[in-house]
Formats: sequence, C-alpha cells, structure tokens
Amino acid sequence: MEVFNIPFIAVISLVIIGLYAVIFKRNLIKIVIGITLIESGVNLFLITLSYRENSIAPIYTNNPGGVMSLPVPQALTLTSIVIGVAVLALMLSLIVHIFRHYKTLNVTKIRGDDE
Amino acid sequence: MSTDGILTFLLQHSPALIVAVPLLGAFLTPIIGKINDKIRNLFVIIIVLLTSFFVFLLSSNILSNGSIRTYVFGAASANNPVIRIFFQVDGLNAFMIIIGAILSIVAVLFSFRYLKEYTGQDKFYTLVLLMIAGMFGMMLTGDMFNFFVFLEITSIASCALIAFWTSKGESVYAGLKYIVISTIGALFILFAIAILYGQYNALNMGFLAASIQYTFLDKVALVLLISGLAMKAGIVPMHMWMPDAYGRAPISILLVGATQASLYALFRMVFTVYGSHLADILRHIKFRFFVTIEFDITLNGILGVLIIILALFTIIIGVFMALKQSDFKRLIAFAAVAEIGYMLLAIGAAIITISEIDTETGTIILSEVGVNSLKGGLFHIINDALDIGLMFLVAGAIYYVTKETSLNKLGGLARNMKYTTIFFLIGLFAVAGIPPMNGFASKLLIYESTYEINPILSIIAIMCSILLLAMFVKVFHSIFLGPKQEKFEKIREVPKSMLIAMAIISCIIIIFGLFPDIILQNIIEPAANALINNGLYIGGI
Repeated sequence: MEVFNIPFIAVISLVIIGLYAVIFKRNLIKIVIGITLIESGVNLFLITLSYRENSIAPIYTNNPGGVMSLPVPQALTLTSIVIGVAVLALMLSLIVHIFRHYKTLNVTKIRGDDE
Repeated sequence: MSTDGILTFLLQHSPALIVAVPLLGAFLTPIIGKINDKIRNLFVIIIVLLTSFFVFLLSSNILSNGSIRTYVFGAASANNPVIRIFFQVDGLNAFMIIIGAILSIVAVLFSFRYLKEYTGQDKFYTLVLLMIAGMFGMMLTGDMFNFFVFLEITSIASCALIAFWTSKGESVYAGLKYIVISTIGALFILFAIAILYGQYNALNMGFLAASIQYTFLDKVALVLLISGLAMKAGIVPMHMWMPDAYGRAPISILLVGATQASLYALFRMVFTVYGSHLADILRHIKFRFFVTIEFDITLNGILGVLIIILALFTIIIGVFMALKQSDFKRLIAFAAVAEIGYMLLAIGAAIITISEIDTETGTIILSEVGVNSLKGGLFHIINDALDIGLMFLVAGAIYYVTKETSLNKLGGLARNMKYTTIFFLIGLFAVAGIPPMNGFASKLLIYESTYEINPILSIIAIMCSILLLAMFVKVFHSIFLGPKQEKFEKIREVPKSMLIAMAIISCIIIIFGLFPDIILQNIIEPAANALINNGLYIGGI
C-alpha cells in the first residue's frame, strides 16, 4: 500500500465516523461533533489534494526553488474552516436555547411539532 | 454621461451589483435602525427595489437576445478561467433571478406590518437581506466553490430566520433541524467539488463541463452532488426539515426562493456540468429468456428513472402528509413538498427522452415531448414560487389577526376579512391547477408530456392534484366559512401593506394564467434553450 494513500483513508474514515454519529446518536452535542468530523474530513481532503511530493509552501518571496504545493485548495480550506466555525457557533447557540426549553439534549425526548 | 451610457454601465456591472447591493444593505441595516424604525424600513425596501431593478435590467437584456453575460471579478476578461471567479448569466439564470426578485419584494413588503409588534426587527431585516444576497449569489455564480459559499450564507441566514422566535422551543428545534441537514448537504457538495477539482484543476462550471471525462470519481461526485442538493431542495427522503422550517419561519416565502435556488443548481449540475456525458452507455445488457433481449443502460435513463421515482414519492408523501395536518402552515409546507415533486417529475421525464449529445456544439438532443416537459417543469418553478408564496402570505395574514394556526380553532373569518378570502381562493385555484390560474398552464404541460412517456405518471400526478384541491377546499371551509365565532368578532382586515403584497402576487398569478403563451415564449423558452444548448455557457469563458 502506498504511503500517500493514508490521508485519503483518514478522510473516508472521518467522514464515515461523522455520518455514523449524525445518524445514530441521540445526543444533540454528539450530532454536532459528528458534523464537525465530516467537515474536518472534507478539509483534510482538500489539503491533501494540494500536496505534491517533496513540495514546499507556496510563498514566492525567498523561494529556495523546487516544487510548490497548490495554493488554491489551501485558500478553499481556509474559507471552509471559517464557514464551519460560523455554522458550529450557530448550532451550539441553538442547542443552548433548546436545553433551556426542554431541559434535555436527547432528541427522542424533545417534542418539536412532529406528527 | 448620457442616460444610455449609464444604463449600459449599470447593465455591464449588474451581475455583481445584484449580490453586492443587498450584502452591503444587510450590514448597514442595524446602523440605520439606530435612527428610527421608519427610516430603516424605507432603507430596506429601497435596497430591495434597487436590487430588483438590476435584476430586471439584466434579465430583460439576456432574455430578449438569448445571449450570455460573463462578469469576471478582478479582470477585464476571463483570460485565465482556472483562477478567476466569475458570474455567468444565461437564460436559465435570468429566469431564476426574476423569481428571486418577485419573492424578495413581496416578502419585505409583507413583513413591515407583520413584525411591527416584535422586537429584534433590525436583526430580522439584516438576515432577510443576507438571505436575498446569498440566494442571488447561488443563482448567478459560475464557480463551484463560490456556489458553496453562497449556499452556506443562505443556509446560515435562513436557519437564523427559522429560529427567529427563540421564545418558542419548536422554532429553535426546527432551526437546528434545518441547519444540521443543510450543513451535511453542503459538506457533501464541497466533497464533490474537491473531487472534481482534484481531477481537472478547475472550479469553474463551464470549464469543468468542457473537460469532464466521466471517470469513476466523477460518478462519485455526481452522486454526492445530487444527494447534497436534494437535501437542500427538500426532495422526499430528506424532506422532513421542510414542514418544520416553513411552519415556523416568520416569512416562509423567502425560504421557497432558497429551496428553488438549490433546485436550479441541481439542474445546472446535471444538464451543464455533466451534460456532455448524459447519453453515455453505461452497460450493454443481453440475455436469453425464450427470446434474446438486448438493451443499453444509459446514464440519462438511470438518472431519469431515479429522479422520476423520487418525484413520485415526493408528490405522494407530500399530499398524503398534508391531508392529515391540522396546522395551517404545516399543511401548506407539505403542499410545497408535493409541488417540488411536480417540477422534478417533469425534469426527470425530460432527461429520459434525451437521445444523444452533439459534442461539437454541446447541444443536448431531446424529443419534442422532452422539450415540452422541460418547459412545463421550468414554468412550474415560477408558478410554484408564486402559488405557495401566496398561500404562505395568506397564512401569515391569518396568523397576524388571530394569532392562531390550528385549523380546528379557526372559523368564520370570511365575514371580517373579505380581501384575504379572495386572495386565498386565487391561491387555492392556482395550487390545484384550475384553469384561469397559472398552475393550470404548467401542470397541463407536465400531464401531457408525462402521459406520452408513461400514462401512470400523469395519472398519479392528476390524482394528487385533485387531492390537493380537496384538501385546500377543506381548509377554506374550516377557516373562512362556518358560523360566527365570538372570539373573532372584533378582528379586522389586515393592514394595507400586507394586502398590497398579496395583491401583487395575485395579479402576477392571474396574468400568467391568462396569457401563458406570452410567458412561455418570452421567459420559459430562453431558459429551456439555455439548459439544452450548453455551448454558450461552456464557450462563455
């Protein structure tokens, strides 16, 4: 097995663990942790895409020469991390409100307007 | 500069202005709100009207000459399509932004009086303008990652809008449900974007469409894109956020626009990005069973059947769940789920009829039935936005005067609210597809074309339409008719600004219903052509 495949295996396992948590866990905080796991998996995937063998950071000043890794996926990852933080903050603040109303974080005990 | 010069200048920069004006307005709103509520309301409506002015300037130009407009950020021309971010506007985009503009004007006009007694209005209008900016961004962008960013802007803003009344536990729960589903959907889309970027080194939709090879990884990306966008659009296995979100949001009509922006993206991905490989033969099947049977499984066949099955489930589950609701807003929300099914049904039927792709010009060759079906589906997008939008406005008006959404507790309102009753009747006929209204024109196109493909499809579609009518007649009876109720004796008609908002939508519904040919020819046909002929979109870079 190629050593370079390890990041991709990590990506897939992060995403699958995250999806498992979202689908099967009953605690709202654990669901949110699942979403952040998926997000880290996707970010790791983007960063891995930009890497080239023996490459250096894509900074042009004082460049010692050699292969540079791609800058675009790094910019994308940065944006995606910022968005992720905003979403995480919003979800956690909603969970605080839910806890105040229902005094529980267990989704099966929270009655929304389900039928 | 002469007037013409200014207009050309504005037209040239309108794609950027359509997003920039509401975005800037969103963050100025809290500052202006410090002065006075009236000035803030005036400011918000001016921002929305200005945005709509740019929308109509841009879309009338695109729709009249069938051209494509590319707006490059940070350069005069798209000399390096791999790096530049740009907006690309063709007939389909122009069609979608018209829907967005109508919905945002009406929503803002309606919410002035609707929210007058509540606190936190500055925040509300900030969120509304942010959502409008995100929605237009989704509809205009030609860049995959840019699309993801606007998608997240829209979902964050709409989540905060759904959970706006935090004093109610249900609305916070609905907001959380929405943000969980839409974040997972958005992450799926980002994963797909990363897969496509890793292979083709580009984020640009047109460039990707030109270079896509349909490898194994592209198949994975297609599945991720469709499932992610289906979550955002509320297609059946992932529809459960919709009734909660629509039922709890103060202004559900804007959420309809955001949902349809995701639906637009679904069409763009399938028809444009994967357009050149739609007719690929995936497997040749041959087996002997008394006689030798031979046939090919093509990508468009599989996609079309899948979309039609999803569409049928969406229609049936939407209608049957709506039947048992006793809450007015949730009932309309399930009807909205069903209406999305109709659009998907038409688009799925159109995909099935694709026979081949002209790779030279990027034209998708459909049968005539398919083209009609596509037109019906696109026409139904705008009709659904108007009809369901009007229903939500009426529901909002009823909630405004009675503070009640339960069907069992309402009754006899027609005595005091005659205009609202008329608007509800118009909406009822339009949703059910009764002749003088717009719903009839598009639904007839969908019935006709799906009948040619398989009669069962159109039978199910018509049956569910009749059920929708039956259900809304029941709603009409229990809300507006019936004996006088003491607790509702003192209520009066809703304020003028709310009536004007409902009247605008009703007028458009009736005009669309009376002159469907003109609308079909001038708005729908350029949009359908833009979907079928991808050459311009791909060549636009």
